[in-house]
Amino acid sequence: MALTKEQQIRHLLWRAGFGPGSKTWPEWAKLTPAQAWSKLKADAAGKPLAFAVASNALQGVGMGFGEISRTEISQLTDEQKKQIRKQSREDLRSLNLLWLDEMSHTKAQLREKMALFWHGHFASRNINILYQQQMLEVVRNNALGNFGALLQGVSKSAAMLAFLNNQQNRKQSPNENFAREVMELFTLGRGHYTEKDIKEAARAFTGWGFNLAGDFVFRQGVHDTGTKTVLGKTGNLGGDDVLDILLDQRQTAYFITGKIYRFLVNEQDVPQDRIRQLGDRFYQNKYDIMSLLDDIFTGDWFYDEKNVGVKIKSPVELWVGIRRTLPLQLENPETQLFIQKALGQILFFPPNVAGWPGGKTWIDSSSLMLRLRIPQLLALGSDLDVNTKDDDDQDMGMGGARTGRQLRATIDWALPTKIFEKTPDQDLIPRLAEHLWQVPNPRPPLAVLQQYTDPKSRDARLKSAIVQLMATPEYQVC
Amino acid sequence: MPTLSRRHFLKTASLATASLWAPQFLQAFQRPGALAHKGRILVVLQLSGGNDGLNTVVPVRNDIYYRERPRLAIKREEALALGTEAGLHPMLQGMKGLYDDGYLGILHNVGYPNPDRSHFRSMDIWHSASPADQYWNTGWLGRYLDAQCRGCERPTATLEIDDTLSLALKGGDMKGLALLDPKRLYDTARSPYFADYAAAQPRHDPEAPVGYLYKTMTETLASADYLYEKTKARPTGAGYPDSEIGRSFRTIASLILADTDTSVYYLSHGSFDTHVNQSGQQSRLFKQMDEALAAFAADMRKNGRWNDVLVVTFSEFGRRVAQNAGSGTDHGTANQMFFMGGALRQKGLINDLPNLADLDKGDLKYNIDFRQVYATLLEKWLQTLAEPVLQARFDLMGFV
Repeated sequence: MALTKEQQIRHLLWRAGFGPGSKTWPEWAKLTPAQAWSKLKADAAGKPLAFAVASNALQGVGMGFGEISRTEISQLTDEQKKQIRKQSREDLRSLNLLWLDEMSHTKAQLREKMALFWHGHFASRNINILYQQQMLEVVRNNALGNFGALLQGVSKSAAMLAFLNNQQNRKQSPNENFAREVMELFTLGRGHYTEKDIKEAARAFTGWGFNLAGDFVFRQGVHDTGTKTVLGKTGNLGGDDVLDILLDQRQTAYFITGKIYRFLVNEQDVPQDRIRQLGDRFYQNKYDIMSLLDDIFTGDWFYDEKNVGVKIKSPVELWVGIRRTLPLQLENPETQLFIQKALGQILFFPPNVAGWPGGKTWIDSSSLMLRLRIPQLLALGSDLDVNTKDDDDQDMGMGGARTGRQLRATIDWALPTKIFEKTPDQDLIPRLAEHLWQVPNPRPPLAVLQQYTDPKSRDARLKSAIVQLMATPEYQVC
Repeated sequence: MPTLSRRHFLKTASLATASLWAPQFLQAFQRPGALAHKGRILVVLQLSGGNDGLNTVVPVRNDIYYRERPRLAIKREEALALGTEAGLHPMLQGMKGLYDDGYLGILHNVGYPNPDRSHFRSMDIWHSASPADQYWNTGWLGRYLDAQCRGCERPTATLEIDDTLSLALKGGDMKGLALLDPKRLYDTARSPYFADYAAAQPRHDPEAPVGYLYKTMTETLASADYLYEKTKARPTGAGYPDSEIGRSFRTIASLILADTDTSVYYLSHGSFDTHVNQSGQQSRLFKQMDEALAAFAADMRKNGRWNDVLVVTFSEFGRRVAQNAGSGTDHGTANQMFFMGGALRQKGLINDLPNLADLDKGDLKYNIDFRQVYATLLEKWLQTLAEPVLQARFDLMGFV
């Protein structure tokens, strides 16, 4: 059974963004898929407003230290250093929440969705807020632009250079970490380079570093100026040359295309001939990301039933999607950090440099039961009654924050309920299921749902049915 | 004010039983229990944060140790003597008792090549058992579950005593179950809405994403029911300290004594990330751990199960040999592992203490790969082929 036009639009909005927003859905419902895709592109045009959460003090510290020597930094007292780390962690939390708000509210859905993809692709952990803020800016500014520029920006960011130890990569004692991950995770993928290529590339990246303000610094004194050979190209190669060599490899286009396809279209069913075709065009278009997205979102196959309702939402997609369906004001926004932690995806804290593996790995008995209960707890205004594990990288042995579990929120019910104001009573549950679920042929168990919805009034029935339909396995996929 | 009434989400309209709400499509091909239960129990105790091994088993006759730790070293007369060369941390009196009775083994210098000093990365490596330069999405005990329990009705063979599940227990097809205690899991998971909702489902393809979610949901409900039914009639053991780890061990004991089909329990204790003022923090954590372990061992011995139980500890790394400026220690490399149980083949100090005269930039060198320990636990204790689980061959050891 082919998808209805509305199902197609919802599919597009879930994959190219974070799902339909209750406020704007009526406008989207009037469009054809082609019009909707054009609108998504137009809405994401232009440069995003940068987030600036790093507190003045930290910004000042960073800038000031850019000018002075490292010996002066070492003169900071332990108390001052501790204070700086504490402030940095707090600001990082603000950055996290600010980005969630942006994903929830911005009309530039496509940009933030792709920024989330790149955030996982170029995964790094770093508690330095300045570096994280700069890195996120690189990712958001280039999310729909050119992959080569993005790769270069990330490779020269303090966050990534620090995370992959390139500050310690010197002529006398090369550190291969950065060179290895650039090839394995960022461009070619495993099996398309040799250990020798990594060793030689590491030499080319010697001297790539950064200062305390997070600016890229090339330290000529520790750079290896000898001859290197990387993937068959020989010369006195520098880091930029290696990035160019990597982009020259068609395999990079295939690798990135495959990963984007799995993120946007289907994680399990990935036709290799289609990846080759899309990848060839991505390569010919000189790594223009928007052209690749055009090819994906205008492909007939994008709307094949087998590609619809088969992606398990990541915790961030799930939560932002809930916020778009149920516009809400949380009493304590920090609860969202707790939700991310309990469900296994904290922005800025990927599990390792390979990013979030996605798919079934999001799901275990604890995470699934919490996912199912979140809409109910939200509607009831209950606290989240689970504990999360401590994270010693964040907590430095001081134990995790035990606050921020109140799920009390003011939900603006007028917007989601308005969509169904003309729906007859007997059609309510099927229509809601169609709107809230992405499975192509939804079959909600009517008897059970009627039993567990509030019969007091039509309004109560509508609201409780929305919540119960979100508290289902079907709602976990898009 | 809550938006909606609690009654409609949580009302106790119908309390279906497990067999009623397990969808037909799942029942058709399921084996009722978990794996063939051989009665042997592995308890993995994770010391989170990087426990300082040198102040755990103290090299009491080593001058380098006392030279590098002028403020932090534990005096020979304060350590609990394990023979002439080593002594346990003074708070580990219960473990000293186990040592005296021949129920404790200590394996030193355990680690892996190219050690990583980041908590999460090193923990990742210990959980997944991957080589240090690879990123695996499954854990070693999860893959054990995959190998043992394909088509099981419920993943109760491996349990973590916590609210969230660690990577170690996540397999490719099967995932272990996290719970703080059976009653709590039962109350949370068995809301009538979820039970009725799952029961009303038609056949789903368990390989498809939605089918996988239903499979997980059904397994969770079945597990909650099974564990609650098994344990509800049994009084929980007395004599456990009222600490988090004490309660966790009490829960584990009650599950063991109720003869559940669980063969692996997993729990964490910490944080041992003692960069500053190490002594107080480590002592406090050790006291809690030691009291809980002693109570657990006594309970198992009293009930005749101590020979079936093996408790193993690990930490993501040890700490540097030298103390730092803050009366603490920084992230290091190799560390010791403890084995406790009634059926140990090697007891006491199994191998040599760390060689403090032969360091790698101030860090201990490992000479036993932790995956050798895992392979031994899998093959000789859990009687499972290790190679498919660890994706490599390792020589087995002799401690069990």
